[in-house]
Amino acid sequence: MITLIDGLSLGSIYALIALGYTMVYGIAKMLNFAHGDIIMVGAYAIYVAMSFANPNPVIALISSIIVCTLLGVFVEKFAYKPLRGASPLAVLITAIGVSYFLQSVAQIVFGSQPKPVSGWKLPKIEFLNQFGITTGAVVTLIAGILIMVALTLFINITRTGSAMLAVSEDKGAAKLMGINVNKIITITFAIGSALASFASMFYLLQIPNAEPTLGAMPGIKAFTAAVIGGIGSIPGAMLGGMVLGVIEKICLSIEVISPYTTAIEFSLLILILLVKPTGFLGRTTKEKV
Amino acid sequence: MSDNNIMLKTENLGISFGGLKAAHDVNIEIRKNQLYGLIGPNGAGKTTVFNILTGVYTPLTGRFYLDGEDLTGQRQEIINRKGIARTFQNIRLFNNMSVIRNVLVGLHNSAEYKCTPFESMFRLPRHFDSENRMRDRAKELLRIFGLEEERNLLACNLSYGNQRKLEIARALATNPKLLLLDEPAAGMNPQETAELMKTIKFIKNELNMTILLIEHDMKLVAGICEELTVLNFGEVLAQGKTSDVLNNPDVITAYLGQDED
Repeated sequence: MITLIDGLSLGSIYALIALGYTMVYGIAKMLNFAHGDIIMVGAYAIYVAMSFANPNPVIALISSIIVCTLLGVFVEKFAYKPLRGASPLAVLITAIGVSYFLQSVAQIVFGSQPKPVSGWKLPKIEFLNQFGITTGAVVTLIAGILIMVALTLFINITRTGSAMLAVSEDKGAAKLMGINVNKIITITFAIGSALASFASMFYLLQIPNAEPTLGAMPGIKAFTAAVIGGIGSIPGAMLGGMVLGVIEKICLSIEVISPYTTAIEFSLLILILLVKPTGFLGRTTKEKV
Repeated sequence: MSDNNIMLKTENLGISFGGLKAAHDVNIEIRKNQLYGLIGPNGAGKTTVFNILTGVYTPLTGRFYLDGEDLTGQRQEIINRKGIARTFQNIRLFNNMSVIRNVLVGLHNSAEYKCTPFESMFRLPRHFDSENRMRDRAKELLRIFGLEEERNLLACNLSYGNQRKLEIARALATNPKLLLLDEPAAGMNPQETAELMKTIKFIKNELNMTILLIEHDMKLVAGICEELTVLNFGEVLAQGKTSDVLNNPDVITAYLGQDED
């Protein structure tokens, strides 16, 4: 039970990051490997905001959201937009480049040592504590689910959501419906990066250290989650994240296999790619002639 | 552009791909509320002309004017908002969206249904008002094409003929001045084609639409188009009243080949 809640809570962090991958993939048809490093920048934003005198967690959170959103839009505009229509490989390499760039800048500015984020924890709730469940896990899980519900509503109800779906299905036809595709791609990056900032907030609740390579591992695991769930599919990313989180925590709780947890997770990725390359909820695309 | 009665005017439009002149000196004039046909053998450059008129390609030479306004080289979404909408030869619907949502996407950018993000975010009355009017309009469009019952199906689950109709409905949703139809009858059986002819006439007469149509089905062309342009190897082969053009010996040669005695 505890393992399950911990797993779902970790899973919702993965799901939030995976949503960023999957939305950008669905709409811009590119893998944004710099997405994990947006989380890292978000963590540093919280670190900076919390190291002022009289730190206020709300201000820290808001500043992290703003920094991440602007960074996402900025990266899209200066790194990816000039490559629109270029070969997918060129865009992929650029994304990896952006990833290393952000890590190096963080290392120059903040140094390579982990920076402990002080005061970034939630009060203990006795009732939960006696079952061995941390408040952080519960808050992460609930907030994660709320954010995902909000996102689903946004996609399904609003006009921008409709436009995003249209662009993900057929960019050319969407343009001819009067949709400004570049604007929609920018909005997608903004939303994905804002979700990443929530992920960094929840991540710091579990491990309160900001370091330059913080985003790499959760980033790659969330990518795994997105592929497992079916890349391009929003419910798929949520499902994939949750599944991966639960598997990770179950593996960690069994002593014999716990050292192999990461290996098991990535083996799962390989297995999924062999058996069902489109993931759980991915669309099978039929090429029409 | 002094003549107020002209909806679309192209001047010497031309484009080449490599050494191939896909379109060369194409001059077309379409009057308001006219049903105009663009025909020609396969590879004659018909769809290329559509792609130029919708901004997919920028022409190398020439310009085109919609209702007197020069739209040459504008971006696709701008051209659409200025009033040119199209359908595709191979259907390109948003397959995983419901039928009505396909139409709604087209309606979103019309000024009539605009409301500010502020109004939407706080769900002010104007937001609901514009949403409702938009839904009504979408249903109305679907009714014209007899798709009202199917509005909640996914677009990919419609029959082929209905998908073609939905594409036209979606194009009309963007509230165009000029509707471009790329082989609307392709793959339809004679009965569906006859029905389509009726619908196209209805759009022209009741919605006062100006229509430019690419078609291979000669019966359909002869039945509804008032004037024609025939393209061959990217150049205009003949132009004028439908009956005259279809009896033009050059046109018959281009379609059926030279008679060898």
